[in-house]
Amino acid sequence: MWDIILKMRSHVFKRLISIVPLLIGISLISFFVMHLAPGDPTALFADPSVDPGELLRIRQNWGLDRPVYIQYFYWVKNALRGDLGTAYIVNRPVLEVIAERIPATLLLMGTSLFFILLISIPLGVISAYKKGGIFDNLVSVLSFAGMSMPSFWLALMLMLVFSVQLGLFPAGGMSDPLLAHASVFEKSLDTARHMALPVLTMVIIGFAGLTRYVRSGTLEVLCQNYIKAARAKGLPEHAVLFKHALRNSLLPLITILGMAIPDLFAGAFIIETIFAWPGMGRLGVGAIFSRNYPLIMGVVLISSFLIIIGNLAADLLYSAADPRIRTGRKD
Amino acid sequence: MRRFRKNKAAVAALTILFLMVLAAVLAPFIAPYDPRELGVTALQAPSFSHYFGTDDFGRDIFSRALFGARISLSVGVVAVSISVLVGFFFGMISGYFGGFIEAFIMRFVDVMLSFPSIFLILAVQTMLTPNIYNVMAVIGLTSWMGVSRLVRAEVLSVKERPYIEAARAIGASGPRIMLRHILPNVTAPVIVAGTLGMAGAILTESALSFLGLGVQPPLSSWGNMLQDSQAYLRDAPWMSLIPGLLILITVLCIYLVGEGLREELGG
Repeated sequence: MWDIILKMRSHVFKRLISIVPLLIGISLISFFVMHLAPGDPTALFADPSVDPGELLRIRQNWGLDRPVYIQYFYWVKNALRGDLGTAYIVNRPVLEVIAERIPATLLLMGTSLFFILLISIPLGVISAYKKGGIFDNLVSVLSFAGMSMPSFWLALMLMLVFSVQLGLFPAGGMSDPLLAHASVFEKSLDTARHMALPVLTMVIIGFAGLTRYVRSGTLEVLCQNYIKAARAKGLPEHAVLFKHALRNSLLPLITILGMAIPDLFAGAFIIETIFAWPGMGRLGVGAIFSRNYPLIMGVVLISSFLIIIGNLAADLLYSAADPRIRTGRKD
Repeated sequence: MRRFRKNKAAVAALTILFLMVLAAVLAPFIAPYDPRELGVTALQAPSFSHYFGTDDFGRDIFSRALFGARISLSVGVVAVSISVLVGFFFGMISGYFGGFIEAFIMRFVDVMLSFPSIFLILAVQTMLTPNIYNVMAVIGLTSWMGVSRLVRAEVLSVKERPYIEAARAIGASGPRIMLRHILPNVTAPVIVAGTLGMAGAILTESALSFLGLGVQPPLSSWGNMLQDSQAYLRDAPWMSLIPGLLILITVLCIYLVGEGLREELGG
């Protein structure tokens, strides 16, 4: 596959270039939205006992006394050198703070995505094959229900059942502090237990969309001539379905996956907050509430960057996997 | 509407939605208690005197849910109207005029779509005073991108048709062509997208209010009724169960109606 991608070098290059204006737009919007709001982060220390001179000094220290466009200019200048500034309060480089949190978020999102795919592909293929049957209707009801639930509410309900009532899984956090000196195996088992409920929430919310795409993709493929040909050859149904049909119906799935990344991120923001999962989403929500400007900018920029890269990778994989798109032929 | 009527699920869903709207409109007459009135009996389980139980302040959850329906449903309707109007405007002018305007608007759409939108909504909400009007505006202004892409694609596909050319030949103005001749072509898919968007808007409102950035107490919305419920998960599970179920049922019905419309209109 890599040699194909290499052949598309100029296309890849063009797409990579197109990231730059996107990132500029994103940083511009978020920067100005933040700074146009009345008041500034020092309002959080607005305590009559704080000396006004001290507040002024903090404001100067954080560069908040300069006009917004000058602040933005400096922010971009530093960002281009890979310096996203220093987070307020914790007083550490933004990149360092975020880098600590990214693995937890990727672990949560990756595991959820894995299970979502594991469930939606067979569900979608089978319900397309038995279109209109009991199984199809059941899957369709379940997926509509999954789409209709507020993620935070589902999280609360799962907590209610599995941790409050049954005591099976912990209701929050990522690891048990008592196990600080346990073996690697015990530690991973502990993390898996902590991850169970957030992953379950994301899977229930997320499987619906993908299942519906796989189903409609498979339906489309099943009426193609080459499927008839495969059947006419006398191939067994499972070979027709899972070898010939699945291959082509999975192609659009690559793009859908790329589009699902923002949703996963959005879900992670809320779910991490509820389950006290120490990831980037929770960091971002916390930063918003405490008006930690540099940290907010960092989280927005990094998560948008990951979203864009995900979309780009999906596009490139799609054209690498489907020769019709690569050569620009429309048949 | 023949196919829609045959779709039993969609008809049932529409009926339930109609009843919900009716209950919301008639809330002051149906509600047994004042939704803001603090009672002496906090955290009571559902019973005949309090159908859905009482919350941590002793307020009647049934009455709060009725009044909450007004807020949650109207946030859904207004937010979607905003997003459809904005999306429609941008989609129409970028499809019709093309060139630089189109390129600029579509890049802007790309930018908006690359944000984790909930993050943008949260950020804006912390800056503004959180109240119901801001919630409507913020949700509407962060969800119009899909509609604008849809409208643009549709405009591109019809604008070269002979009847548009004919309209131009007899001297119809740009706005007139857009509104009289192109608009009818895009209503069907926009209605479907708007219906599905309403489901999304209600879900977003509930998440915002849950985080304390949406509709503020003492007003009740289904989302902010859930706000304090996490602390009482063990002692008063009905406090979190009931508002969530109401959201689930409403959003599910909207999705089913949307699917029915999609089949009917082919959106």
